[in-house]
Amino acid sequence: MSDIVEKTLTALPGLFLQNQPVGGAVAARAPFCSRLGSLVRGITALTSKHEEEKLIQQELSNLKVTVSAPTTTLKVMKECMVRLLYCEMLGYDASFGHIHAIKLAQQGNLLEKRVGYLAVSLFLHENHELLLLLVNTVVKDLQSTNLIEVCMALTVVSQIFPREMIPAVLPLIEDKLQHSKEIIRRKAVLALYKFLLIAPNQVQHIHIKFRKALCDRDVGVMAASLHIYYRMIKENAPAYKDLTGSFVTILKQVVGGKLPVDFNYHSVPAPWLQIQLLRILGLLGKDDQRTSELMYDVLDESLRRAELNHNVTYAILFECVHTVYSIYPKSELLEKAAKCIGKFVLSPKINLKYLGLKALTYVIQQDPTLALQHQMTIIECLDHPDPIIKREVKPQAYKSVNIFEDYMLVKEKHSITLPHAVLGTVLKASCMGVRVPPAVPHPGPVLGEYSYLLGKDTAEEVITKLYKLLLSDSVSSETKAWLFAAVTKLTSQAHSSNIVERLIQEFTVSLDTCMRQHAFELKHLLEDVELMRNLLPVDKSCEDMVVDASLSFLDGFVAEELSKGAAPYKPHHQRQEEKLSQEKVLNFEPYGLSFSSSGFAGRQSPAGVSLGSDISGNSAEMGLKETNSLKLEGVKKLWGKEGYLPKKENKTGDETEAPPNPQEAITMENVDQIVTKKDQSQVLTQSKEEKEKQLLASSLFVGLGSESSINLLGKADTASHKFRRKSKAKETKSRETTSAQDMPCSSLGSSSSVTYEEDYYLDNLQGRVDTDLEKFSLNSELLDSDTLKEHPLVEELSNCSLSTPSLFADSNMEVFHPPESIAASIDNEPSLASSLLEEATEHMYSDLTEVCNNETISVSAYKIWKDDCLLIVWSVSSKSGVDLENANLEIVPAENFKITEQPGCCLPEGEAESTKNFQYSVHMEKPCTEGNLSGFVNYQMMNTHSAQLEFSVNLSLLDFIRPLKISTEDFGKLWLSFANDVKQNVKMSESQAALSSALKTLQQKIRFHVVDVIGNEGLLACQLLPSIPCLLHFRVHADIVALWFRSSCSTLPDYLLYQCQKMIEES
Amino acid sequence: MIKFFLMVNKQGQTRLSKYYEHVDINKRILLETEVIKSCLSRSNEQCSFIEYKDFKLVYRQYAALFIVVGVNDAENEMAVYEFIHNFVEVLDEYFSQVIMFNLDKVHIILDEMVLNGSIVETNRARILAPLLILDKMSES
Repeated sequence: MSDIVEKTLTALPGLFLQNQPVGGAVAARAPFCSRLGSLVRGITALTSKHEEEKLIQQELSNLKVTVSAPTTTLKVMKECMVRLLYCEMLGYDASFGHIHAIKLAQQGNLLEKRVGYLAVSLFLHENHELLLLLVNTVVKDLQSTNLIEVCMALTVVSQIFPREMIPAVLPLIEDKLQHSKEIIRRKAVLALYKFLLIAPNQVQHIHIKFRKALCDRDVGVMAASLHIYYRMIKENAPAYKDLTGSFVTILKQVVGGKLPVDFNYHSVPAPWLQIQLLRILGLLGKDDQRTSELMYDVLDESLRRAELNHNVTYAILFECVHTVYSIYPKSELLEKAAKCIGKFVLSPKINLKYLGLKALTYVIQQDPTLALQHQMTIIECLDHPDPIIKREVKPQAYKSVNIFEDYMLVKEKHSITLPHAVLGTVLKASCMGVRVPPAVPHPGPVLGEYSYLLGKDTAEEVITKLYKLLLSDSVSSETKAWLFAAVTKLTSQAHSSNIVERLIQEFTVSLDTCMRQHAFELKHLLEDVELMRNLLPVDKSCEDMVVDASLSFLDGFVAEELSKGAAPYKPHHQRQEEKLSQEKVLNFEPYGLSFSSSGFAGRQSPAGVSLGSDISGNSAEMGLKETNSLKLEGVKKLWGKEGYLPKKENKTGDETEAPPNPQEAITMENVDQIVTKKDQSQVLTQSKEEKEKQLLASSLFVGLGSESSINLLGKADTASHKFRRKSKAKETKSRETTSAQDMPCSSLGSSSSVTYEEDYYLDNLQGRVDTDLEKFSLNSELLDSDTLKEHPLVEELSNCSLSTPSLFADSNMEVFHPPESIAASIDNEPSLASSLLEEATEHMYSDLTEVCNNETISVSAYKIWKDDCLLIVWSVSSKSGVDLENANLEIVPAENFKITEQPGCCLPEGEAESTKNFQYSVHMEKPCTEGNLSGFVNYQMMNTHSAQLEFSVNLSLLDFIRPLKISTEDFGKLWLSFANDVKQNVKMSESQAALSSALKTLQQKIRFHVVDVIGNEGLLACQLLPSIPCLLHFRVHADIVALWFRSSCSTLPDYLLYQCQKMIEES
Repeated sequence: MIKFFLMVNKQGQTRLSKYYEHVDINKRILLETEVIKSCLSRSNEQCSFIEYKDFKLVYRQYAALFIVVGVNDAENEMAVYEFIHNFVEVLDEYFSQVIMFNLDKVHIILDEMVLNGSIVETNRARILAPLLILDKMSES
């Protein structure tokens, strides 16, 4: 079908340019047409801009004479107008004709009038003064009995109309909404849409009529109203949630083929209508589970229905995927949608590939694991000879995950795992003179290594930019070290550079030792260019290099020195301990490490740092190490700021178990060396040609698979995921050696040693076994605390054997709130406390507090924080035996809150005369931090006259916060999908048992759900009713708590941060 | 949202231009020149969507004629791509003579299909209905 159309359409261009009219059904108005025709032909034939200008100016002066001549007929005028349009379209001023366009619209008939209106809409802009002259014509035409004139007027109003004159036509247009002809109703809706765009206040009163239009029996009118709704829902989605059902029904009917066939486009029912509806649903379902649930079915059907192999079905499918990933997630649908994308990316059509990759970015934003199934296709797709696919998709992908970017920049380099995307950022930033965010330490080496791939920047240019950055004060010293490493690398590629000389001069006298060291290295290297080229080869960083981690080539040197009486080498920790025992002045404790895997990369010392530490002076050694640090293979894990990393765990073992044993330290070291070597040989065998793509794919997608539960904050840094996979084999092996030491110290439950170790484990992203052990020991620590001990669960837990730590991994931290308020109220007011509803014991509730009283009655209230709403119970009690039977209580409607009386409140027997309860459920309709509910009680006095007593109750946003019970995995997913992000460090008042006490506070006071505790980090989740989630990542270091909130709502994190801060500081 | 709708021939001569956001007349010419340049620079194997400044170009070529639509980020490129074809099919149905000599009619058709940058009608019969009535009345 489409092929046939394409064929007939190939004849179309002929129609655009043919000299002779073909003639046909539509009457040829030859004399007038040909005037425009000859003009068009004349212009087409010209070759120079100058000739064109001459011809047009000639034409314009002719036209000027004609249009101002009083004898010119409207028919001629119409023809002139078209030529004027043509001239102005080519960029020549024809403003003398503007007024005539208005005249033509006013006086013309039918087609003349239409062309008049058309010319007005093309000539004038929204604020043009001449536009006012059109208003009378429009009003007249709107009242015309000729439908065509009404149509024209409505069309022009929907295109261009002076804002201040809307009231003049609004009633007329509103009337047209009831017109019997669909075309009039449809155009009236579109005119109102225009008013909504330019003056939303003026159409506020007719919202109800929009609803009528939505329910119009004609599809066209309904479709037109969708533009209005799309707009309004975009501005304020909550106000239109009730329409979700209608939109879903409409979409169902369209998808189900219930529309007249003339709405089909290539046998697809009303594709653009479907797309519009899907967009609206996407807006409505965003962050709203209940609303989203209404649309799951129809989305599922849309995904299924789109089987026809036509471009436009892909357009619908794409929109559908977008919607599925915009609304509250349903895993089944997410999977289906992700699977659908295969149809796009596998298509030979380049446009569909593009669309598929764009859709994939939505998937990646929501859940990278779902993109895994397409990884090979993506890689192949990106290998497509057409560069545009990469270029088009890059900015999209760049926003989400840097997979594509990575690939783009290092296409042939399989093992490169640094975040290359940052490279672009830095280059851009430096080009624009913007300061580089200090949190970007990685790109330096990438620049050095791969900036040549950018092509447009020669090494010299990049060096110049880096030089500027190096001199900038806003760059941290660590970043500078990276940048300097990049310069060093680039210098080997550049031929000669004065900048480098200058750089060396400046930094050899730098106060920063590290920078000085760098500068000297570079200086020496420059003296031997040949050596430098060998050391720093172009594009060799990915080649596997066997690293002699044991530094065996130094053995001879060491032996010689020892024989000369030099002191034997002591491991770093040993030196440190000795030092500490001598003088306890300096703190060599490592600074707090971030939980996120990004912290790992941050910890890795830049090449210069490690150079400066243990062995120095040998320039060959330096070069070797530098390329290693780029490669991130094996070495990174062995060396850190503290020296040789595996020894550190040995050290912690020492603390709890045995005195330092140098012999043991050596064996440990050896084990690790073997492991390293094995690891490397593995890599070597794998990097065969036929496995290239798989390797690449897995390195790009690494970290998205089974380990995602650890990878909670992974978005920030893809590099570390990649690294994790690389070093996984190694971890498994080293675990065997380390776990033996882990066990005893974890089960000892010594909190200090545990927390100390955690830094290390998390840093190295140890496997689950270790994490579980830590979890267990910490959890038990938490559960040991007094309040929780009362809970029966604790007993169960303590009965469990130590060898089954996984039992605790899941929901053991469930919120349990000590019913302290019960105790309090029982003591104070026993009679009232006994009237607590049964329900109250199931949910959390507040103290019963008196809100007002007088000599005859007293009103108390308490809040019950139910799962889905806040329930407030007012308890009216009589002091002097007044009969309360006729008493009633009324609540004044409050802004932002929906208050409903709950009739289910029965009075406890025997209390009826003296106490009466009123129960109201409160929903927050619009998030606000505080609110107030006021009301009054009416009651009858003895002497039968009625009295009234007023009261009020304060509401806080906290009343509407509930635990969000999700799994760690879901937490990870949600975390990545939220854009609003707030971070803050808070100092705790007490440093003892810091994590547990802080968690408890948050659990009880804010009703957070503790999702997981890993080391000194906690993951908590809550939601603002009805369903706005907020996640908290919580990390304790010494007496500082780092709070990191994320939510789909922008205000929630700020508010919760404030509350948490308050509570933590108070506790 | 659709920002503009252009019909330009291979020589870079504009055959029709419609802007849905006000653009200065001088800037229009500049933009059109650049737009057609970027379209001409592409081969058949390349995809029909181009990043251009802060918006995207969606284009289709019919022999020597390019139809180029500028859209913002919120627009579904493929939907616009197919919309262009729908527009061409409507033109094909209506015109049996030289389209370019009927600039006004092409505009009238486009006005039925796009208003304020939104696609408002795609049903061929309904798009053409007002114009056909006008023709009929003019004849009689």
